[in-house]
Amino acid sequence: MENAGQLRRQYVDFVASLYHEGFLDDQFGQLQKLQDEGNPYFVVEVVSLYFEDSEKLMNNLTTALQQHVVDFKQIDAHVHQFKGSSSSIGAQRVKNTCVVFRDYCEEKNLDGCLKCLQQVKHEYYIVKNKLETMIRLERQILEAGGTIP
Amino acid sequence: MDTSGSGSGSGSGDFTEGMVGDVEEPHVLAVDDNLVDRKIVEKLLKNSSCRVTTAENGLRALEYLGLGDNNQSSTVNNNVSKVNMIITDYCMPGMTGYELLKKIKESSVMKDVPVVIMSSENIPTRINKCLEEGAQMFMLKPLKYSDVKKLRCQLLQSSVRTSSKILV
Repeated sequence: MENAGQLRRQYVDFVASLYHEGFLDDQFGQLQKLQDEGNPYFVVEVVSLYFEDSEKLMNNLTTALQQHVVDFKQIDAHVHQFKGSSSSIGAQRVKNTCVVFRDYCEEKNLDGCLKCLQQVKHEYYIVKNKLETMIRLERQILEAGGTIP
Repeated sequence: MDTSGSGSGSGSGDFTEGMVGDVEEPHVLAVDDNLVDRKIVEKLLKNSSCRVTTAENGLRALEYLGLGDNNQSSTVNNNVSKVNMIITDYCMPGMTGYELLKKIKESSVMKDVPVVIMSSENIPTRINKCLEEGAQMFMLKPLKYSDVKKLRCQLLQSSVRTSSKILV
């Protein structure tokens, strides 16, 4: 069983890597700053909302791109939402993929859109995994009697 | 909605003429169709000692303000504590933030309430259009804590101006 000190070090290194590798940007830090003793689960709540919302959006996108006649405006609207929430929580890679996705929507490029959908799903699941790991580490630190760095 | 935070201790709360309401904890109506953004803007505002009500679109916002289709324009919904500021996203389905701004400015009851528009897109024509229609400020998303602090100072500022009017 790892002690709080070891877990804290793991956590610091892990979070640093997320920023370094571009999974997260400064906006995530802004979110963490908003959390306080009165609302100690704020980040977890926002992140959970993001997951729920994103998965709905990706389902909508998948369905929309399978239609006989593709409604690029509708798809763009979904991607705009996805880009917005990704940007708000600091999920940088997902956001950047959405930017490219929107360009393809504007060009009505179905192939480009399909490729972007795959890419955005890929990026989303990676960042989801990373965020879940981060949250798990935080919980472990607290359970080991430590404080989150 | 739950109230938040401690008083800002500015002293301008002594003046309760009702012109700007309770400025120790201004009541802000935040309008955004994006669930994640709504939660974040709510927290940003609460952390700045604001009381926050959220709405998911322009229609709901108007209903809350007593400006909906089924309200008389001269009637203010008695359940609504005076709203000191409205902050709204620009891109929303149905009614955009700009259209919401227009409706608010057309209302004799609400036209003096400051309206702030937020958008993830930095489009000068869009920004000018909103400012010309009477938006107090235009802010780029994602919002940061420093953006909201700026807003909060503006709210306090308008109450100070009002207070000096009363003194003189």
